[in-house]
Amino acid sequence: MKTFNGRVLFLDRPDINTDEIIPAKYLTEISREALKPFLLEDLKLDGFDPATDIEKNNVIITRSNFGCGSSREHAPWALEANGINLVIAESFARIFRQNMFNCGMMALELPGDTIGRLFSQYSAEPAFAEADPDTGTITLSNNTQTEQIPFSISTFDRELITAGGWLNYADTKY
Amino acid sequence: MGKTIAEKIFASHVVDKPSGDIHVIRLDGVFCHEITTPSAIVDLIERGKDRVFEPEKIKAVIDHVTPAKDSKTALQGKILREWSRRHKIRNFFDVGRNGVCHALFPEKGFVRPGYTIIMGDSHTCTYGAFGAFAAGVGTTDLEVGILKGVCAFKYPSTMRINITGVLPAGVFAKDVILSVIGRIGVNGATNQVIEFGGPVVEAMSMEARMTLCNMAIEAGATCGICEPDSTTVAYLWEFIADQYASESAALDAFSVHKPDADARYSSVLNHDVSSLVPMATYGYKPDEVKPVSEMDGTPVDQVYIGSCTNGRIEDLREAAKVLKGQNISDTVRAIVSPATPKVYATALEEGLIKIFTDAGCCVTNPTCGACLGMSNGVLAEGEVCASTTNRNFNGRMGKGGNVHLMSPATAAATAIAGHITAVRG
Ligand code: SF4
Repeated sequence: MKTFNGRVLFLDRPDINTDEIIPAKYLTEISREALKPFLLEDLKLDGFDPATDIEKNNVIITRSNFGCGSSREHAPWALEANGINLVIAESFARIFRQNMFNCGMMALELPGDTIGRLFSQYSAEPAFAEADPDTGTITLSNNTQTEQIPFSISTFDRELITAGGWLNYADTKY
Repeated sequence: MGKTIAEKIFASHVVDKPSGDIHVIRLDGVFCHEITTPSAIVDLIERGKDRVFEPEKIKAVIDHVTPAKDSKTALQGKILREWSRRHKIRNFFDVGRNGVCHALFPEKGFVRPGYTIIMGDSHTCTYGAFGAFAAGVGTTDLEVGILKGVCAFKYPSTMRINITGVLPAGVFAKDVILSVIGRIGVNGATNQVIEFGGPVVEAMSMEARMTLCNMAIEAGATCGICEPDSTTVAYLWEFIADQYASESAALDAFSVHKPDADARYSSVLNHDVSSLVPMATYGYKPDEVKPVSEMDGTPVDQVYIGSCTNGRIEDLREAAKVLKGQNISDTVRAIVSPATPKVYATALEEGLIKIFTDAGCCVTNPTCGACLGMSNGVLAEGEVCASTTNRNFNGRMGKGGNVHLMSPATAAATAIAGHITAVRG
């Protein structure tokens, strides 16, 4: 099973699409590791600089409809190549969300007002998050506070994470 | 309780319900192209699982970058080509016989009512035009599809959109779908199937229905679906004539794929198009839509007519009607990309290609190319493109470029004017 913790990168915009996560011109790469330098290269967001903000962070917290657009699994791969196995958002596009769990990664949904509160309480200074699929809790902390936030995850998604993805799961079952 | 089209298809294809509302369904088709499939093939080889579940149900095409533009894209084509040969995948379409997947595969008769199809491409939802459940998936789903012929989905709730009224002359399926997305938003149908119906859809050709369903994903939908009817039968007849005694027998058989009268929908939207005008996008999201008239005069550098949304023969006919006897503006370049070899050949026969070249357009071979900013018309930083494609994301057709989505007729009028404008008169 992968690990789901690290310093948090806050991306304060809804509808961040897969072209922004990994532009189409890099889809000619066959190795996943080759995608590493290009993650979020085309994302234009005030206060965000891919050159400095990706390396130190291993969790993303963002708004609604993250990962909309193309079906490219290169989006989760580019995240994984940068050590990001966990994205927490108000909602995800279907294919992106499925791709994450299919790769044994986690895309967790929290209510919009919780996400809003996390942005206002944690985004100003370094924050750390850890998600535990067994207990269904996210632990979020910074220098001054720590809290636990429950999340729900289906049995199927938990099994995908434990199996290390959908291919391993399907291969033993079907 | 009655069922929607998608629910009926799920009921007849379910092989497992591992938990909650997850359904693992049997697949009638796994379609492949050279951008997302090679990484699946390489991974399957590395895992020692280089097998396919049923070669007849797998269709493959090189379409995104073709002919190859460099050694990396050549390698992607090579991996797909060799895999197709190795596994005796008969329906593999290489350069010369290839075209944009979502135009080519329906044209070959590979999509039928009631089918379940996946492909590593988000616009797989196009095939719903035939009353099929078809969804874009990522590489891992594709790998499992290739290996096992199954895929897992959340049981889909269905949003019903009735397109009502009468579509005015000069307004097309593209304008309809842009207006629908503008109304419900890019997240309006996430995790749902959109079932399109109503008199306007019933009157649409298969090509127009494909344009409609193609952009269902731009509202987040898993698939857009139309009810199969006599138009569907007529389109497919050359492929199914040996299976049914008559077209009406086929129509009877297809009626099992219609929704029940008491089907339960998550929501029902009536979308009246009687006063709809030509529409275009203005921002970087497909729901940022307004009437073309409100954008009149916006300068563009390039016009692009093609793609799985609007590169079919009817689209080229509409563009040619506008461009006939005209010259495109000196300030723009225009690229026309017929979506398949058959579209190309028909356009040649009908004299459309001559109309385009006489007007000063560049006509390319069938390919996705510029649509996703990979080849054949990539934008430079700061350039603007009036395009008949389906995505206006920032950088979609080239880093720093801006895309306005519109119908082929509007794109053609824009090419002549040199700035965004609707067809006059
Ligand atoms: S034409 Fe564009 S949208 Fe359609 S399959 Fe090709 S790249 Fe994708």
